[in-house]
Amino acid sequence: MGSYLVRRFGLMVLTLFGISVIIFVMLRVAPGNIADILFDAAGFVDPSEKKAIMVQLGLDKPLVVQYLTWIGGLLHGDLGYSYVSDRPALAEILPRIPVTARVAGLALVFAVLIGVPLGVVSAVKQNTKLDYLLRVVSLSGLSLPAFWLGLLVLMAAVAWFGTIPIYSEAPKTFWAALGMYSIPAAVVGFRSSALMMRLTRSSMLEVMRQDYIRTARAKGASERVVNYRHALKNAVLPVITVIGLEAAFLLGGLIVTETVFNIPGVARFLIEAIRWRYYPIVQNIIMYIAIIVVLINFTVDMLYAALDPRIKYSE
Amino acid sequence: MSTVDFRAELAKAGANVDSRWSALAFFARRYPLGAIGAAIMALFVFAAIFAPLITLYDPLTTNASLSLARPSAAHWLGCDFMGRDVYSRIVYGARISLAVGIGATLLGGGIGVLIGLSSGYFGGWLDLAAQRLIDILQSLPLIVMALLMAASLGPSLHNTIIAISIALIPSSARVVRASTLSLRELQFVEAARAIGMSEVRIAVRHVLPNTLAPLIVLGTAQLGATILIEATLSFLGLGVPEPHPSWGRMLSESAAEYVRTAPWLVIFPGLAISAVVFGTNLLGDAVRDILDPRQRG
Repeated sequence: MGSYLVRRFGLMVLTLFGISVIIFVMLRVAPGNIADILFDAAGFVDPSEKKAIMVQLGLDKPLVVQYLTWIGGLLHGDLGYSYVSDRPALAEILPRIPVTARVAGLALVFAVLIGVPLGVVSAVKQNTKLDYLLRVVSLSGLSLPAFWLGLLVLMAAVAWFGTIPIYSEAPKTFWAALGMYSIPAAVVGFRSSALMMRLTRSSMLEVMRQDYIRTARAKGASERVVNYRHALKNAVLPVITVIGLEAAFLLGGLIVTETVFNIPGVARFLIEAIRWRYYPIVQNIIMYIAIIVVLINFTVDMLYAALDPRIKYSE
Repeated sequence: MSTVDFRAELAKAGANVDSRWSALAFFARRYPLGAIGAAIMALFVFAAIFAPLITLYDPLTTNASLSLARPSAAHWLGCDFMGRDVYSRIVYGARISLAVGIGATLLGGGIGVLIGLSSGYFGGWLDLAAQRLIDILQSLPLIVMALLMAASLGPSLHNTIIAISIALIPSSARVVRASTLSLRELQFVEAARAIGMSEVRIAVRHVLPNTLAPLIVLGTAQLGATILIEATLSFLGLGVPEPHPSWGRMLSESAAEYVRTAPWLVIFPGLAISAVVFGTNLLGDAVRDILDPRQRG
């Protein structure tokens, strides 16, 4: 276990190094560097001033030096400077993190509370009308684009209440915040619950085919005990192990949903930064996303090794 | 490992396999949801191919006097801000969705197959390197990887296909590698080697065809995801640019404003995306049940 942990940790660092190089290189070959863009925006071109900006941003240095400077800054929490708002990028991002975290957290609660029980029901009632209905619902959840679902909710709000529930100012009370975030969270959560439901269903069906379930039935355990005590317990583990996948799916929904509902979160900031072609910030946010995903997967692997006694790591 | 032998499987299941049509009818009865999915996909492909025959207006012609015109007898689904016919744009948009969906799935799948087959079959340092590459490509969620690539390459139809295909590489590489690992130990590989076949030829002629079943399952499942990602990228202004009639682009930035003033501009393109993705997902589930019974749920 100890050597497995060390080896797995080494691979994680290697992966992060690899993705950081890819992010860095891809955004360097992107059309138009930041100095050009700043000058286009200003509307005049004075070559000496442009040179000064390139020096100030370190764009005149060799790529390796630029890369090392970036990684060094990243490790120290220096995320660069946002020219759009004229503030350090960190000051721009920090207040956005709790906003995104709240929406994501609420969405996750929604996804688990809806997805897991319905997935179990769907598996237990396999091939009944209820199962077909639930499968069609979950499949449609995966088929609706997150941004369209958000727009439909806005449309329904206009039709029924005459207002658009998009973010206009920071909510003051807890209940106002809950009301503000719960609609976009439900939109993101509905799609994630569809994924959760499918995963739970197939995992549950897989377990229900096992010998020990037949044994439990044979010894006379009631259907309830078999399904919920024996099967569900074993079916939940695989659902937990793909939490990295679920987190990634949730994030995908967040990016567009924050844009549709005008929520000032990190995901929308990423889109804005891409639109402004402010690549130093894009580079940092994407790198942080990679770090979070890789860390989640690392933690899940470790948990899995600790929780499931069948898995041995002798390599 | 399962090979794709429809006829034998069908005969075993008790189907009348005399003609292609009766086989189809058998599938439709056995997998009603899959049949619905196939019908939606057929309609979608039909619209993409015969777009000029089933529309009255050019999707790119603007007409200021029709700006934001409501749905009417002449313009069934209304007109957009530039006065372009929404129905025509949706029908022509099927071409964009289909091009990106099939293009990116094939390109990403093809590269993934190359990586997965060579790493699984030849092993050694090649395998180690390929596995690290897959890990690295998987450290970003699909949509974020596509966003990064699209931002880097710039918005255009070709670049959107390339951007999405890069994000799709790891899954097909993993699937092919996993089947190759078990296939290469089988006797028919040994037999081919015994008669003096070259390793590359064995890998391509004997191992690769046997990985097709899981690949087809993955490909159909990914087609829907690909179409969804294209719509999302275009919605964010990073995918297929104007004046191409992309469904995602039709819903872009100003959509939140049209929610109030011109709901037909929001409803119909979204409905088209959802229907097609729903169709591919239904079809994908049925294809998985048919080709990969172990995963059947």
